[in-house]
This record gives sequence, structure tokens and C-alpha cells, in this order.
Amino acid sequence: MDFNFTEEQDMVRDSLTRLVRENYEWETRQKAITSESGWQPTIWAQLAELGLLGMPFAEEVGGFGGSAVDAMIVMEEFGKGLVVEPFVPTVVCAGGFLKHAGTAAQKEEHIGGIVDGSQIFAFAYAEPRGRYDYADLETSAKKDGSGYILNGHKAVVIGAPWATHLIVTARTSGERRDREGISIFVIDKNAEGVVTRDYATVDGRRASEVYFENAAIPAEALIGEEGNGLPLIELVTDEAIAAQCAEACGAMKVAHAMTVEYSRQRKQFGVPIGSFQVLQHRMVDMFTEYEQAVSMTYLATLKLDAPEAERKLAVSAAKVRIGQAAHHIGQEAIQIHGGNGMTDEYAIGHYFKRLTIFDNEFGNVDHHMKRHIALANS
Amino acid sequence: MNLEFSPEELAFRDEVRTFIKENYPSHVSPDGLRDDLDPEDMVAWHKILGEKGWSTPAWPVEYGGTGWTPTQRYIWSEENARVNAIMPLPFGVSMVGPVIYTFGNDAQKEQHLPGIRSGDVWWCQGYSEPGAGSDLASLKTTAVRDGDHYVINGQKTWTTLAQHADWGFFLCRTDPDAAKPQEGISFILVDMKSPGIEVRPIKLIDGGYEVNETWLTDVRVPVENLVGQENMGWTYAKFLLAHERSGIAGVARSKRGVEQLRDIAKSEQLDGVPLMSDFDFARKVSQLEIDLSALEITELRTLAGEQAGKGPGPESSVLKIKGTEIQQRLTELTLEAVGHYGTPFYPSVSDAGSNEYPVGPSYAEHSAASYFNMRKTSIYGGSNEIQRNIITKMILGL
Repeated sequence: MDFNFTEEQDMVRDSLTRLVRENYEWETRQKAITSESGWQPTIWAQLAELGLLGMPFAEEVGGFGGSAVDAMIVMEEFGKGLVVEPFVPTVVCAGGFLKHAGTAAQKEEHIGGIVDGSQIFAFAYAEPRGRYDYADLETSAKKDGSGYILNGHKAVVIGAPWATHLIVTARTSGERRDREGISIFVIDKNAEGVVTRDYATVDGRRASEVYFENAAIPAEALIGEEGNGLPLIELVTDEAIAAQCAEACGAMKVAHAMTVEYSRQRKQFGVPIGSFQVLQHRMVDMFTEYEQAVSMTYLATLKLDAPEAERKLAVSAAKVRIGQAAHHIGQEAIQIHGGNGMTDEYAIGHYFKRLTIFDNEFGNVDHHMKRHIALANS
Repeated sequence: MNLEFSPEELAFRDEVRTFIKENYPSHVSPDGLRDDLDPEDMVAWHKILGEKGWSTPAWPVEYGGTGWTPTQRYIWSEENARVNAIMPLPFGVSMVGPVIYTFGNDAQKEQHLPGIRSGDVWWCQGYSEPGAGSDLASLKTTAVRDGDHYVINGQKTWTTLAQHADWGFFLCRTDPDAAKPQEGISFILVDMKSPGIEVRPIKLIDGGYEVNETWLTDVRVPVENLVGQENMGWTYAKFLLAHERSGIAGVARSKRGVEQLRDIAKSEQLDGVPLMSDFDFARKVSQLEIDLSALEITELRTLAGEQAGKGPGPESSVLKIKGTEIQQRLTELTLEAVGHYGTPFYPSVSDAGSNEYPVGPSYAEHSAASYFNMRKTSIYGGSNEIQRNIITKMILGL
């Protein structure tokens, strides 16, 4: 057992802390997320320059050779600055699929592009009626000659407006909610028959509804085994959850620190409100929640390589606990900031919004509680 | 970073497991309330560990510590919890021992540390008073210098298991005129056989006799029993509380408790199926288990930090709050799980003549008493509200 970071990991953290502090100032971020494109391609280029976009890939193929712990470090720093750029969809999700199951040709075609920043991915898995069940798919991929014809509607595909490529889950056989019959494809977003409707999200990112209208895709687009995609989806989304748990920790840390600082500055009844015990204890409870969240992020991250059941149990436990902590800390931070917390001008509201939406992605508290119960009692 | 045990750690676990299996006194009943045990049984494992050199793992090696890493100490707790072992009482090992080896003189170390290690000397804690609970510094028990003695007068309360104690460590006021109440307090070791000490048991809501009132009337104590400097006792008292808190999370024991809770809920029925299959109940158990995982990693992180050179700090207040909340929720859920058979009252064996055979399943017998008893955990060792005050000051900096 070891809770220490390596020297190299400390360096990664330091360089990201600098990047977020010096090139991701609050005003710049606010301007970017309300601009037409909604993001900062220059930041993406800097991440490429630092080699971080190659996080999951081996050094031989131009990657960073990073572990889940490295991804955790990156995401925690992103969370502190509410970085909106699509690291999880591109590097963790698409990177994960390519690394675990990509063919030599797929790796050849995409890894270089991810590493140098020219290929950006979004992960189209959610559907309007599927909620958090990755197997509840109405999108279909029907065999057509050697390739497939894709039809369906993917919901709230995070980062899709910025993406050059999509990872898509679709049913190649079986019925809605069957565990079998699910396949994964990597496709060009500009392919014929792919229609998107882009919009902003409440937490400062961009997303799309993605429609497939008889989109013809080649056989080479299939990642992994046809019809047996679910275990791979579960693995990669568990990796994404661990990364986003780290992001939430970063956001919670800042939200808590901002709140404590605000309570020091803000005076009512002639004294700083931080001198009131009723608020002090609430800020202590926020701190305790944050500490438990950090612990659960470690647990989820360090169990990603464990046998499947053990991995899922740890990741669900983390998603439950951090989902709860994120709501608690976000809500308390707004309350202690009072009316100012309600304004768009104060940063705290934006942290609250990101922490709220965190729970919505890859399964909320109730969803993961159910998965935990099923696994713990099997 | 990793959570795996190394081959050396696995070998250590096997060694510990084998030692416990071969040496744990199996007649020491692991179930039930501690004060139902014979006093000899309460220290039986402590004495065996003392001979092995394992009774004070967290102490510095020069004073008899084992030099174990945080991971080894974690393994040690886990393995003891597996058999529900009655561990050494904290009053000597985790409380006064560290004060003596940190602030005591050589004569005190020589006199007292061996008895703490061996389990031959039973210690009790004289901190709280009827008028000094959370506001401990307002304590009124006085120690007045008379030649080469202190003369102690006053009343202490909540002195746990003082009915069996050989020695006690007492906070006494030695300077009533100090500018601040914290500045006039001294830390004094008292032989509990001294004339003028009277220990009266207090019956608690669980029916047991775990704590006492301790009256001190003109108790004469040699001045060499003063630890450290006169009027500096508050510093030592706070140091002791931080040490007390670090073991207070009780993670390994709670993990074992969750396993037992699951077993109970598999035996109990609801709507004709095991209670454990009921979603509402299963959700509470999973929430408890998830919170316990978070606490477990938090404790390991804290231990790792301690090994990196930091002593037990204000982080231990987080462990105290979360650990006691979990212990309380565990006993509450266990009482809930047993249903009807949580209701019958079983007198403590300390009440003469009680040898009633339990009605209902044996796992239900102490469920209510344990739940009642565990309400103490958020009150003792500095109440959880006091812990929040500590975190406010030491971590939030408010």
C-alpha cells in the first residue's frame, strides 16, 4: 500500500497548476464559454504540447505512458479551474476504447491525431429513453454488405460540437436492454447521414443531439467484438467516472476554499460571518465531505485494474459518495455566499452548476447505489 | 500509489493471523458488552501481546513500539477485528503512555512504561468533572503543594473502568490565579490505592457499569508524580486527546460489524424473503458500507501522513467524527435488523443474580444495549461538536 505520488506525477501536477492559473483565468474562461465556439483551442494545443493528450497510450506510439493516477491528477487540476475542454471524451473515453480494443489500423489512424490535438472525440452513448443503462439502446447498426447502416438519436453528447470524431454505441442484434448485441463504432463526425444539433450546457460546456439517418459506416469502424461491446463500455465508463470524480474533487476543493474565504471577508452584525459557529460547523462538514470524496477518488482510481466485480463495486461506491458530496458542498457554498452566490458574476455559482451536473453523468447516485447493492449482495 | 499488499506485507499478515489464531484466549467472549467481562479477561490478550512485544505498536521503537509501517498497523487491526479480539484498553497504551514517553522524566518512564506494555497496570483517566465537560479547562479539582506532596481535592466523572484501575492520570488546577483557565492546570499521576479516593459506579442507559464518579479527598501524591512542568498540563492533555482520537475511528471493527449486520439481515425475514433482499434496507447497508470505505481510505491517508513525519494532527478530528457516526449508524441498523427481539431487556451480569437465558436469536441479545451504549461515542473524547471547533480553528483557520 502506498499513497505517495512519484516525482514525475508531482511535476505533471505542477505544470497543470501553472497552466490553469496562468492561462485559464476566470475572465478568459467566461469569455470563451460564451463565445461562438465555446472553448479555447489554444489550451488544447498547450495540452498537446505537454504531451498530456497522449495520457493513456504507450510511449512507443507517441503517448505519455500514463496511468489512471496520472489522469486523476490532471482531472483534479481541471476541476479546480472548471476547465471545459473535452479531455474525458477524447483522452479517457476514445483513448480508452482505442487502447483496450482498437485494431492496429484504428490505432494507426487515431492515436497520432489525439496526441497532436488534431482529432477530438465525443462519446455518443446516452439516448433519450435509455437513462443510465448503457444497454438500453434504440440506435441500431444494421449489417449492410461488409459495413453497417446506423440509425438513431444520441442524447446530450458532451463536447460533440468541438469533435472531429464520434465513438458511438449501437445495437447490432437483440432487443432494447439486452446485455448482448451491443457494438461500438468509431466514426467521422462529418460522415454522410450524421446530423447534429449543437447547444450549450448549464455548466459551461457544449453538447449536441446527434442523429444518425441511414449513415453508412465501414466494417473497419467497429471497435472490439461485434455484439459484445457492453463489458468494454462498462470498463471505459468506469475509467471516465474515476476521472470525473477527480475533477469533482478539484471543484469541491475550490468551492470550499472560496466559501471559507468569503466568510472571512463578509461582515454582518459588525463581524465576519465566519465567526458564527453555526456557519463554521457547516464549513467543517463541507471539508469532511471533501476529504471523504478524495478518499473515494483514490479508491476508484486504484481499483480500475482490479477484477470486474471489485472494480465496479469501488467505482459505484465512489460515484455515490462523491455525488452526495458534490450536491452537499455545492448547495452549502451557495447558501453561505448568500445573495452573492446567486449571481452569475460570482464564480461560486459556476462551481455549484458543474458539481450539480457531475451527478448526472455516467449514472447518478441512485443508479450507482443500485449497482452497489446488486454487487454487494451477489 | 497503490492499494495492494506487497509480498512482505502478505507474509506479515500470515504471521499475525497465525499468531492470533494460536494465542488468542478463546474463552474471552467476543460478543456482548465489555463490562460484562471479568476484569482479568479484559486484559488477557493485552498480557499475551505484552509478552510478544506487540501491545504498543504505535509507540516509538525505543519505548517498546514495533516499528510497524502504517500498512502493517492496518493489517494488525484488520486481523484482530476478524476474531473480534478484546484489544488492550486505551487508557495506558494510547493515552498516558505517549504522554509519559513524550513529556515524562526518565524515572517516570522507567516506573510506568513497562506496566503499560505488559498490561499489569490498569490505568484510568481523570479529566471530566460534573461542571467541566466540553469546557474541560474550567475544571475545579485542585492540587495544592504541601512540602514534597500535592494534596488533591475534587470530583472527577466518567472515569471509565476506574473500578479496576491501579493508577490514574488526573488534570488538576495548580494555579487558581492563572490569567487563563488553561494556564493553571497540571498533569498528575495518582496511585488509585491512595487514601482519600472513592470510586462510585454510574449505571448507564444500556444497563451497564462502565463509568464512575471518582471523589478525591485530601489525596496526598508525591511531587515526583507531576508529568512535565507544573501548570503546563493543558498542553499534555491536548496532545493526549489527539492521540486518543487517531485510534477512535474503529474502521476494522466497523467492517466486521457490517459483515455481522449482513449475516443478521440474511437470517431475518421480511415478506417471506431475507431482510437483506429488501431494497430499502439494502440501501441503508450499502450507504453505510460506502461511507465506511471512504473513512477507511481517509484513515490510511492520515496514517501515511503521520509516517511522513507529522504527528496525529487535527485530521484525527475528521476520523473521530466520521468513525463515531458510522459506529452509531451500524448499531442503529443492527437494532433495526433484529426487529421484535430488540425489545427484551437483559440485565448486565454486573447486576447480581442475572443469568437469564436469552429469548430470541443470540445476535439480538445485545443489539439494543449496544445501540444505546454507542451514543457515547459522539460525546466522549471531545464531543463531535468540539471536534468541529478544532477543525474550524486548525484547518479552516477561522
